[in-house]
Amino acid sequence: MNALVVVPTMTWYLLLSALLFVIGTVGVMVRRNPLIMFMCIELMLNAVNLSFVALGRRLGSIDGQTIVFFVLVVAAAEVVVGLGIIVSIMRRRSDVTVDDLVELRG
Amino acid sequence: MELFVFVCASLMVIVGALGVILRSNPVHAALSLILTLFGVAVLFVAQHAEFLAAVQVIVYAGAIVVLFLFVIMLLGVDRAENLRTEPLAAQRWIAGVVGLGMLALLVAAVYSASDEVVSRGEGIASTVAGGNPNANIEQLAKSIFSDYVVAFELTSILLVVAVVGTVLLARRRPRESKVGT
Repeated sequence: MNALVVVPTMTWYLLLSALLFVIGTVGVMVRRNPLIMFMCIELMLNAVNLSFVALGRRLGSIDGQTIVFFVLVVAAAEVVVGLGIIVSIMRRRSDVTVDDLVELRG
Repeated sequence: MELFVFVCASLMVIVGALGVILRSNPVHAALSLILTLFGVAVLFVAQHAEFLAAVQVIVYAGAIVVLFLFVIMLLGVDRAENLRTEPLAAQRWIAGVVGLGMLALLVAAVYSASDEVVSRGEGIASTVAGGNPNANIEQLAKSIFSDYVVAFELTSILLVVAVVGTVLLARRRPRESKVGT
């Protein structure tokens, strides 16, 4: 280890998190399969978790990790409910895309 | 060493994320999602968040992605979609432009505000117990069960509500199934 070794700073982690978030956003905008869109929402949640941990480490505070813990719990609950809705929609007819869900309107 | 870990884990994260949005088969997309989640777990370890890394692997890769795969198999949508046809012709271009614009905004925000975040956040640092191998878990437990104990109890209510609601949603109603058969 010499003095020229580059150590990744908080900014690197934040930039990676921004890139991950944008990939997830583009996925939600481009894909039409509700399951894939759901996975892209998970990508965005992970990007935010990564930035929370990076900022918490930089500030020397444990609160960032605490928030990530709660985000994990909420993400689990969200996936359970969302997949339940998708299952109950797709049980009627498979191969549904989000375009077909316009029929949900009252 | 940390640079090497960061580069490898970043490659895992980005390749996995691109796989999620580019693969046409939902099963492959779910497996790419696992790659991304493992990469994020490695980055958590690199930032001394060991407990979160373990939870990330257990909850995300172990439970959530398995749930995704289970639903994919249950619904029988494990076929490759046709990604060539796009009903709205301009949507992909617009999505790409919006994505690039958003990335530029986020990068600008990171570069302009990161110093300010750090300077304003001085003083919220908690006591860091150095040398203790269980320091991360001890600090996290102290934080969750003292400062955030109300939020912790509320998440348990949230989980119960989510489970009950999902059982009600996904249950096949008796009368409806008779009509169906």
